Amino acid sequence: MNILVLLKMVPDVVEELEVAGDGKSLDTSFLRTIINERDDHALEQAILLKERHGGKVTVVALDAPDIDDTLFATMAKGADRAVKITDAPEGMTTQMAAKLCGQVVAGLLPADLVLTGVQALDDLDGLSAALVAQQLNFPYIGVVTAVTAGGPTATVLKEFAGGVRGEFAVTLPAVLGVQAAEKPPRYVPVAKVRAVMKTNKIETVSAPGDAGAAQIEVRQLAKPVVSSHAEMLEGSPEEAAGKLVELLAQRGLL
Amino acid sequence: MASNIWVLAETWRGQVTETTLELLTLGREVAGQSGSQLEAVLLGDKSLAASLGAADNVLCAANVEPTPEAVAAALAQLVKERQPQAVLVPWTNLSMDAGALAAAQLNVPFVNGCKDLKSDAGTLVAQCVVYGGKLEAAVSATTASTLFGVLPGSRSAASPGNAPTVTDVAVTLPEAKVKFTKYLEPEAGGVDITQQDVLIAVGRGIQTQDNMELANDLAAALGGAVCGSRPVIDQGWLPLSCQVGKSGMQVKPKLYIMLGISGAPEHIEGIKGAQVVVAVNTDAAAPVFNASHYGINADLFEVVPALTEAVKAKKG
Ligand SMILES: Cc1cc2nc3c(=O)[nH]c(=O)nc-3n(C[C@H](O)[C@H](O)[C@H](O)COP(=O)(O)OP(=O)(O)OC[C@H]3O[C@@H](n4cnc5c(N)ncnc54)[C@H](O)[C@@H]3O)c2cc1C
Repeated sequence: MNILVLLKMVPDVVEELEVAGDGKSLDTSFLRTIINERDDHALEQAILLKERHGGKVTVVALDAPDIDDTLFATMAKGADRAVKITDAPEGMTTQMAAKLCGQVVAGLLPADLVLTGVQALDDLDGLSAALVAQQLNFPYIGVVTAVTAGGPTATVLKEFAGGVRGEFAVTLPAVLGVQAAEKPPRYVPVAKVRAVMKTNKIETVSAPGDAGAAQIEVRQLAKPVVSSHAEMLEGSPEEAAGKLVELLAQRGLL
Repeated sequence: MASNIWVLAETWRGQVTETTLELLTLGREVAGQSGSQLEAVLLGDKSLAASLGAADNVLCAANVEPTPEAVAAALAQLVKERQPQAVLVPWTNLSMDAGALAAAQLNVPFVNGCKDLKSDAGTLVAQCVVYGGKLEAAVSATTASTLFGVLPGSRSAASPGNAPTVTDVAVTLPEAKVKFTKYLEPEAGGVDITQQDVLIAVGRGIQTQDNMELANDLAAALGGAVCGSRPVIDQGWLPLSCQVGKSGMQVKPKLYIMLGISGAPEHIEGIKGAQVVVAVNTDAAAPVFNASHYGINADLFEVVPALTEAVKAKKG
């Protein structure tokens, strides 16, 4: 199987996020970015399919800080090629980025599957997978948690609510928005990534054509204004635990 | 009069979903602000229009299969023909695909994760949850007929009201390339977390499977069960039936204690019915503290053993 995986870097939200002076964008000066978690699952699903059916996995990503390390790591995990899109405009929305990525993906066809995360933490104006599917004129389905290939269709599980999943037959080639791979994304030791850095190369392509203009305007980006915040229980862990137990007892919860 | 506000009616196993009714409440507010009518778009079983009386009118195309591809094609076609001002789409696993695909076909934005929508001097402005709930963005679109993905829980559900007027509409669908085959039910057996009074919810902060013991001990002391967020289920440390949130279960315990969970909107969606919510997290800015009654900003590996001991001591 020939599989293309589209991935991107997103802010690590375990860190403090600060809004820039314009009040509309993220302050990127101390921003730590990581691979979008759903894209990591898309990559894992692609490698699992390659292990089962043979074939090639090609990873495509827009240039970003730390992207090279991420791309080398994808090859250490089992991707065959990594393609980095350079010279793209700054501050693109998901729609604009999808426009560029879709054109690069089109140039890398044929493929049986194009996999990417169903959603990213910074999406505001659409979902990449659906946008790229539309450009390629491929069928699309999202919130995918398992893929079985073989033949002209793939059997895909999509997650609904309440633990119910739906099984769909999808005509290939197709774009899938991955929610979770069948197994947790594999871990790759740093030594292996270093070895790959010596033997493999990241290919680069210049951003093709025009990403178009943003169709949304962010008027404000801010910390949520909340109607309520937890009452914080202070003190040492033992003290805080003691306070909580008292509160629970008062409320008849013990 | 401004063009209409639409709500995409979501149906699940023969019923209109609660989220659809919430969107009708929100849609009514927005329609009121812009002096327009509220219409529901029902793709599928026409008899369900009876639940959509909160709308002024229901546009119904009965021949649409419940696949994202078919729903998107039908919706995009109707939007092109009738040019609503905006379409409110449930931001759920069931409908987000169709919304995203329809917007792509129409070349309009699908504004993601809206918890609110207002008309500001004739322009619709959405309040969107981004970065896992750490920030919110006020977003307006430069296009007409923009699609807005609205989070569950944005408003209270609208009551069905009187039977609405129904307009039958015709859509031509492309040859299906995504075909529904069957549902897979969650595996029976194990604990039914929707029926528990006390739930200990573990998140990625628990780090390893071995550490799950800490949560099990606390649950045992409190007489409850253990459930988890997505990453814990992805790791296989708990079964899918123990996932709380958008793709998982909606729970309504008397006490819900979250250990190492950041509070992403997809998780919080599942605990709207919980009575007392407690969060333990090392990140003082974690959104989870905005969704809890009591918070402990500390390391769960220190707090949980102390809490288990304190519970045991109190219970005697
Ligand atoms: C379509 C879709 C559907 C989804 N459905 C669901 C769903 O049903 N349920 C769900 O849960 N998620 C769902 N998600 C995923 C969701 O977006 C989040 O990624 C997920 O909820 C995050 O889980 P978490 O809080 O455990 O992990 P993280 O966000 O990584 O948070 C871990 C937290 O642990 C804290 N921590 C770390 N170490 C410690 C320590 N020692 N002590 C205390 N705290 C610590 C950190 O500060 C952090 O806040 C869905 C996503 C999508 C796109």
